[in-house]
Amino acid sequence: MQIDQQKCVACGNCIPVCPMGAIAIDTGLNRAVVNTNECVECYACFRGMSMEKLNPTLVRGIRRLLKIFRLRFDPEPDVCPTSAIIPDELSWPRVVRRAFSDPIVTHESTGVHGRGTEEVKTNDVTHRVGLGEAGYVIEFGRPTVGVWFRDIEKMTRALAGIGIEFEPRNPVTHMMIDRKTGKLRDDILNEKILSAIVEFKTAVENVPVVLRRVDEVSKTLDTVVSVGVSTRCDVEGNSALDGILAEEGFSYVRGKTNLGLGHA
Amino acid sequence: MTNTLHRYGESFDDDYIVFAIPARGINDGNAAEMERRFLEIARKYKPVNMGDASHGGIFRPAKDLNPSVHWSRQERRDFEGVVNSVSGPTTVAVVFDNPDAVVEFVKELKTADLGLSINISGGLDQARECARRAGLERHSVEYSLGFFGQTDRMADRQTLELSTMCGHGMLSFGLVRKLVEWVKQGRRTPEQAAGTMARFCSCGVFNPARACRLMRRQGEKERTPGGRKN
Ligand code: SF4
Ligand code: SF4
Repeated sequence: MQIDQQKCVACGNCIPVCPMGAIAIDTGLNRAVVNTNECVECYACFRGMSMEKLNPTLVRGIRRLLKIFRLRFDPEPDVCPTSAIIPDELSWPRVVRRAFSDPIVTHESTGVHGRGTEEVKTNDVTHRVGLGEAGYVIEFGRPTVGVWFRDIEKMTRALAGIGIEFEPRNPVTHMMIDRKTGKLRDDILNEKILSAIVEFKTAVENVPVVLRRVDEVSKTLDTVVSVGVSTRCDVEGNSALDGILAEEGFSYVRGKTNLGLGHA
Repeated sequence: MTNTLHRYGESFDDDYIVFAIPARGINDGNAAEMERRFLEIARKYKPVNMGDASHGGIFRPAKDLNPSVHWSRQERRDFEGVVNSVSGPTTVAVVFDNPDAVVEFVKELKTADLGLSINISGGLDQARECARRAGLERHSVEYSLGFFGQTDRMADRQTLELSTMCGHGMLSFGLVRKLVEWVKQGRRTPEQAAGTMARFCSCGVFNPARACRLMRRQGEKERTPGGRKN
């Protein structure tokens, strides 16, 4: 993302909007600038902010005048007055930042919006996770912390080390050059993204081993990892994971409940 | 797509997201038509937000404002726009602030037999209870086990409760903190602040009713320092 230096009036509205804290006013230029190393191309600024198309010279004049009299204008907090926020043309490998950060972008490897597959949400139709099986969604960088692919690779390698088979339709799996070892492409390791999800499934009895490994490796990463685990319920709606998770000391309050109304 | 799985907080009694989603390559042939029907049925039960993962929710940013917006911003809730913009297979979501609406909605979905997968994202016990009241047992379940790793890099509780209502991370900690402060200072109402937050959620799953409750709760705490009640 970039900020048009001719248009920006340094109002500062876009600064708190950026989830990565990548926008700041350059006091020498008196304009907002984007730190491209920290920007994950999520488009929260460009798409989320509303825009006016005011004349920059006029707005700067009014702002100077108000400043002289120490008056404070109380503008709407999510408006860029001069439409100064402009997306960059992205090429490889930077384009992966947007693919994993902007939820509107359809990832080419899955054809679905977002950072993972349909996971348990279509399990009533796909039967991907059966009775006695557990599906996992291990997400890096959320909420609003961000993650470098080099940290994700530490986890994929560790999981591969305990015999995990990665979900083939997942975007992170698509970035692997070796699915047996969890090795990601070298040219993306230094790309930062808002979040990514690793997906796989195991037998339910392996849940404790997997979750302990995820916990251990998470402690070594410079980000936050959020974990979801799913299963198919029996005819009475009971889940084999209830007992296992309680035994492992997990408390849980919320989740997703598939009502079984889907059909082919 | 775990964008509503890990909402932060203790109470989700006023937070239910009901999704409809086709399985890619299996039942996505006429999914757009079924998704529009899902949204139209939902409107009868007065959702507090709804959206489609490709085009956004009922609170939308505007790209051609004029300066009057700073004095009188008309919050447009574009239910019609959400329904009309569904053009191909996607995920559509509807947010309710009470379980009774969810139960009645799910009952009607059963009869409508759209063929799409329907999920409730929210408190697991509450969702199971809603399913049972609608005459269903849950088929599959996914648990949020919360956050691992460097959790000290996350924000304080009140910021997380609000920010994680956009699970894609489009609602920054910085903007949430700014708006919460403005509510405390009386510069914006909770409803106005919630509307601003909701515009950043590009799937329409942000719950403005819960956001208002959370901001009011914070305000009430501020007004009773040291336990003095009068
Ligand atoms: S909101 Fe627009 S005008 Fe204001 S600082 Fe940001 S880019 Fe510049
Ligand atoms: S695209 Fe996202 S990360 Fe980059 S400057 Fe805009 S809000 Fe910040």
